[in-house]
Amino acid sequence: MTGRQLVTDAQNTWCPGCGNFTIQHTLKTVLSDLESQGKSLDDVVLVSGIGCHAKIADYVNINSFYAIHGRAIPVATGIKLADKGLTVICCVGDGDAYAEGLDHLIFAAKRNIDITVLVHNNRVYGLTTGQYTPTSPLGFAGRSTPAGTLEYPINPLELMLASGATYVARCYTKKMDQLKQVIRGGIDHHGFACIDILQICATFFPMTDYYNVHTYELPVYDRTDLSVACEKAREWDYNQKNPIGLGVFYQRSFPTFDDRMALQPLQKADRELVIEEFLKSRQ
Amino acid sequence: MTQEVSILVGGKAGDGINSAGAMVTQLLNHLGYHTYMYFDYPSLIRGGHNFVIIRGTDHPVGVHYDHVDYILALSQETVVRHSSRIKDTTETIYNSDLVRSSGQGVPIQSILHDENAPAIMGNSAIIGGFAKSAGIDWKTVSEVFSAHIPKGVDANLRVARRAYDQLTTVRPVQPVGNQRFSLLTGNEAIGLGLVAGGLSAFISYPMTPSSGLLHFLAEHAQQFDITVVHPENEIAVILMALGFSYAGKRAAVGTSGGGFCLMTEGLSLSGMAEIPLVLVVSQRTGPSTGVPTYTAQSDLHFILNAGQGEFPRFVVAPGDAGEAYIWSAHAMNIATKFQVPAFILSDKTLSEGTYSIETSHLPKVWVDEPVNWDGTLPYRRYADSPSGISPLAIPGSKGAVVKVNSYSHDESGITTEEAALVVQMTEKRMRKAARLSTEMEDFDTVSTHGSPRSGTAIACWGSTKGVCCEVADELGLMTIQPRVLSPFPVARFRNAMEGVSRLIAVEENATGQLAALLRLNNILVDAMVLHYDGRPLTPDTLRSRLKEVIA
Repeated sequence: MTGRQLVTDAQNTWCPGCGNFTIQHTLKTVLSDLESQGKSLDDVVLVSGIGCHAKIADYVNINSFYAIHGRAIPVATGIKLADKGLTVICCVGDGDAYAEGLDHLIFAAKRNIDITVLVHNNRVYGLTTGQYTPTSPLGFAGRSTPAGTLEYPINPLELMLASGATYVARCYTKKMDQLKQVIRGGIDHHGFACIDILQICATFFPMTDYYNVHTYELPVYDRTDLSVACEKAREWDYNQKNPIGLGVFYQRSFPTFDDRMALQPLQKADRELVIEEFLKSRQ
Repeated sequence: MTQEVSILVGGKAGDGINSAGAMVTQLLNHLGYHTYMYFDYPSLIRGGHNFVIIRGTDHPVGVHYDHVDYILALSQETVVRHSSRIKDTTETIYNSDLVRSSGQGVPIQSILHDENAPAIMGNSAIIGGFAKSAGIDWKTVSEVFSAHIPKGVDANLRVARRAYDQLTTVRPVQPVGNQRFSLLTGNEAIGLGLVAGGLSAFISYPMTPSSGLLHFLAEHAQQFDITVVHPENEIAVILMALGFSYAGKRAAVGTSGGGFCLMTEGLSLSGMAEIPLVLVVSQRTGPSTGVPTYTAQSDLHFILNAGQGEFPRFVVAPGDAGEAYIWSAHAMNIATKFQVPAFILSDKTLSEGTYSIETSHLPKVWVDEPVNWDGTLPYRRYADSPSGISPLAIPGSKGAVVKVNSYSHDESGITTEEAALVVQMTEKRMRKAARLSTEMEDFDTVSTHGSPRSGTAIACWGSTKGVCCEVADELGLMTIQPRVLSPFPVARFRNAMEGVSRLIAVEENATGQLAALLRLNNILVDAMVLHYDGRPLTPDTLRSRLKEVIA
């Protein structure tokens, strides 16, 4: 079986050394694996926001909805509700999902909608040339905060755990094998999966050396234990120089929004009759 | 001589005035009347004054009168507040246990006590009292109660009968025919029309006066075979709807001006990515939070111009519930066929007013298929064509890579900044606009009423159709009502103007938004009657305002 050509002819415009290359490569590997295991890629949809990350929609040759800044997640939710048979993968940025569209991220977790969100978290706005994001460390000197930010970053993992996400993970683009396993795990997970992917921004926030030193793989523990997951998630607050755990922090199985909706089966009604009956009821 | 009756029902918020009004309206319906019910309520849940004014006539009607023939008072405030509506012949039916008034009292509390009935049945007593006072036979009352009270019909009938037997007939409301209409609010008519046009998903965040549409479709979702979602905010609403539509489900959203403000970025996405979508926007008094439960026609230019960039859009403003039904179905089909956003522009008067619909005139279901992909590979979502319309495929179609994009894109949906492609795709979208204009020539986009003999015509749009037609008839004027406002049917409007030397715009806003739109199309109005207190224009007010202008 010959697999789909997964690259489009769009010219790639990411900076040399950009972490997005790794995420794209890994996603393509995961998609190829899925295809070779019998899944039709016609049934996969990639939804992206706006930012450097989002160019992936142009580059990967599958169905895609290149949306607007911060709004990939509600689009993905609509697609999944419209057709449960589709596998919906959402690529979003940290400014995209943690700032502009944070409400949607929280509500997607709250609903446990069966989509997989990959957050390309380089902790800086790249496409708008270097401003701080919700995960930039305190004091980050960006172009909108030249004297350094005056606010602490948010911890997206803690936020996702508190919001009801049923698959919460963190990866790092230099740990590709793990990245591949975790993305595949997120897609296979039946429920809302949020994967925070630490990627370096070669131009505005090159953190490779730092991440190489500080990251480690999470030890074995009961992944369904929310308290332990929260404790692990709090170890690094995206600000202080603490060890940075990588891997799946939490996973549990729980009914999804799309499942619950399917529990209210529609009647495949004869609309003509239904409208007629309704009009009659108002006479 | 025409048969007319005007009835006010008033009480405290929480008294169920709207439901009581609906029952009285059904009584008139069962006597063969055309009816219209106006519902007036402040923005609170308990304690304020609510009232409805119901009008029954022997001809089609879409507006209430200031004066009333009957007052049904459940509170003292009803009698006090509406004294200016009373004529010599007005009969007041009041709850004599709570209200002091002339007229005929119904001791509601005593009746409820004797019948051991809950407070909620008090309205049945006043309705029973009214029925007797109006000489409506008991069989009709019993019929209406049986058909329209969801539960406890017998208990309600016993309560009503007690009042019926205590009062005397003083001002008879005669039957006028055997026909029976369907009574629908504008919101319900819009909802049914969307369903008739193939609606599959309705997404909305509550906002008066559009919430009734959300409630109606949510309540009947299973029956109508639709998905209804109420997400976190209006931004999610429109983006979720676009997700549904991309995946091949006909989708619509509902909101009012403030919520629509949050949707404008998504609207522009719909225009650029060419994703079909219907938007129901029901206007209320603005700006900002404004007067939330009152009406206005002040968002026309906002709707016509919202969203960054240029893209074709369809905008229809139905004048009553019948038009709302038909044009909502049209809007669903037009959005899908042309892959554009289509607006149904309503307002509080239309959305929450109750109208008589002659159902025999309504087509029940019609769903036009869009141009679908024929399977030729490679699929290109934005394949250029003479009409500007690209064949549609949905994700999951074998072999098709369906790429939609908010960026300027090439035919396959991949981002481009190349000048020639930007021009090509802009012109493709503009060709859709031209094609839409041509297609609309086959539709009844401009409605005229009355005769142009006097040489003077009223130009109006939306819910003021009813009041304008009625007053124009009295004064011998003509009414021209453009139903479609984008693409503006300028040729049809000009045809309608034949023999007209004087054009007066009548609008419920402070600047004359239809007049400005006409001016943009080189049609000048000679005068404007503008009304902006949040209350719908009534025949009395409009008549005197028009006389000032005509004199």
